[in-house]
Amino acid sequence: MNEEGNACFPAKKQIGMNIKHPFAIVNIAFLLLLLTILSADAKTITVGKSRSVKTIQKGIDMANTGDTVLVYPGIYKERNILLQKSIVLKGINHPVLDGENKYEILSVKTKNATIDGFRLQHSGRSEMRDMGALNIYDSYRVTAINNILDDTNFGFYIQNSRSCTIKDNSITAYGKNEVQSGNGINAWRSDSLLIIGNTIKGHRDGLYFEFVTNSLVWRNISTRNVRYGIHFMFSHHDTYIGNVFEDNDSGVAVMYTNHIYMYNNHFLNNWGDAAYGILLKDITDSDISGNHFTKNTVAIHMEGCSRINLYKNAFYDNGWAVKIQASCDNNDFTRNNFTGNTFDIGTNGSLVLNTFNGNYWDKYEGYDLNRDRTGDVAYHPVSMYSMIIDSNPAALVLFRSLIVSLLDESEKILPGVTPEELRDTRPLMKRLLL
Amino acid sequence: MKKILKYVIVDIVQNRIVIIYTLLLLIISLSVFNLESNSAKGLLSLLNIILIIVPLICIIFSTIYIYNSSEFIELLVSQPLKRRTIWASIFSGLAISLSLAFFIGAGIPLLLYNADATGFMMIAMGLFLTVVFVSIAMLAAGLTRDKAKGIGLSILLWLFFSLIFDALVLFLLFQFQDYPLERLMVFFSFFNPIDLSRIQILLHMDISALMGYTGAVFREFFGNSMGIMLSFAGLTIWIFMPLLFSLKKFKAKDL
Repeated sequence: MNEEGNACFPAKKQIGMNIKHPFAIVNIAFLLLLLTILSADAKTITVGKSRSVKTIQKGIDMANTGDTVLVYPGIYKERNILLQKSIVLKGINHPVLDGENKYEILSVKTKNATIDGFRLQHSGRSEMRDMGALNIYDSYRVTAINNILDDTNFGFYIQNSRSCTIKDNSITAYGKNEVQSGNGINAWRSDSLLIIGNTIKGHRDGLYFEFVTNSLVWRNISTRNVRYGIHFMFSHHDTYIGNVFEDNDSGVAVMYTNHIYMYNNHFLNNWGDAAYGILLKDITDSDISGNHFTKNTVAIHMEGCSRINLYKNAFYDNGWAVKIQASCDNNDFTRNNFTGNTFDIGTNGSLVLNTFNGNYWDKYEGYDLNRDRTGDVAYHPVSMYSMIIDSNPAALVLFRSLIVSLLDESEKILPGVTPEELRDTRPLMKRLLL
Repeated sequence: MKKILKYVIVDIVQNRIVIIYTLLLLIISLSVFNLESNSAKGLLSLLNIILIIVPLICIIFSTIYIYNSSEFIELLVSQPLKRRTIWASIFSGLAISLSLAFFIGAGIPLLLYNADATGFMMIAMGLFLTVVFVSIAMLAAGLTRDKAKGIGLSILLWLFFSLIFDALVLFLLFQFQDYPLERLMVFFSFFNPIDLSRIQILLHMDISALMGYTGAVFREFFGNSMGIMLSFAGLTIWIFMPLLFSLKKFKAKDL
């Protein structure tokens, strides 16, 4: 907001210089006239501790459609503020709305409203219902931008709404366990949401979607959440671009959804016994590309997934790059980089209905005699020992011992335990630049 | 004791096989770091060297050395020296010179190319394994007078620690698959110095894979400073147990 404000000044200077031309004066006069007409229609109500309107609720009550309620800095403890009008609610220098750890701070039930530049803190927590700092119910085209949410239970709680925008907010909670904390952005039964550029920390799930369709999640950063960075189910036709999910206790888990599109996201440092870079459960007809998976215990865990195209992803320094259960079918891995992973692919059965052609594997030891940049012998990315560990985790104690290396080598020559069909027939000789 | 120690060290350091061993280690270590595209892969190759080649060379060289210097030992015994002093000097001489060889051959490249916690742990474990297998060689050589039998025994011991023990553990794991064996595995690893060193190095290398449930148990035990102290203590016991046992044999031996 400050940047916009500063940007105004040079613009004014330029107008000042243009006044030399007579036409410009006419233009400006016309513009001013237009502005006065408009402002006569949409008035601005200012709210502040030293002003006539002292509470935000009163300001909202006084406003009509199209008005702006401008809130001056200060601490406003107004229990629950209800916004049911098509207005712009704008804070100057982030006025503080305090929920005193008891109340749902701001509830919105309207269309065409904007909430801009507030600081919402200490929202209430209830065992009976989910209380958020900023709640959007049954709304259409509500925009929340540039707000700071601090020490909230649920941050944004969006329910039954359409075409709402949540942009450039910073949402921080200090959740200690899964039961006591809420989600950063919680959306339920909504459509066409835009979730852009938010920073979410310390909630149960950073983003939580249930029955949210046709939405875009873009450039958000979700870190250090108690459970998942993002968690969704039954949320079809959603797109996720350029988000960062880092250091979440259980990584990312998404379920029961079709047609998801994930591009250029980063899944980093999700370590733990049940942590996944991303867990895909019953995800179908989707596209996952250009994502970076770095230093996760399991980068991708797939269960019951069908027809997912995974291409141009980079798997680097993970325990398992991909764990694909035998219940998955028709998934296609191509042009991915697998480097520095302890195990490239892990699986739990001999049935393979997925394809893994044309990837780069740093463990590939084949040759390329015809110089077509793909290896002449197939690569088997499942090591026997990864299958042993899968069925008998305690066997990890023997990892990288001589007996295990011998078993692995003999398995490579004569596959018996590992699925013979799970192979890359055209492994790339050189790493892709991703 | 100092004089004998000095003599043994000078004798071993000039030994052609030890010089070749040092150079071989040096060439291998430098080449794995220079040829592999990432240093993680180089470390992995070096791990195999440390866990397999180092114990093998140490145990066989030491056994042969003890048999070859049997006349020298007889000479020393005829002098007014305690048998304990003689045996300890030979052990220290072997341990110091082979450790030196390992440090020059693998330690210095590790310090040059990978001077982090993993590198230091690898050097420490390599040195420990060197001394442990010298000690085991002393035991093998002390048990029998027959040179062929002694060397056969030391090869068998090496084979046991690097392969057979793990095979038995793997067999046990599959036989008792239905039981929680993690803590038992931690206990078992103390019976094999190679396993103990391997787990310590692995905890520094493949952390992410070891972070699964089982890994958590190992990490909980070996990963903290208490676990590191315990495994160092375990390796120290592995140095002194065979040595003391062989000393007892040597003291009562009719030369």
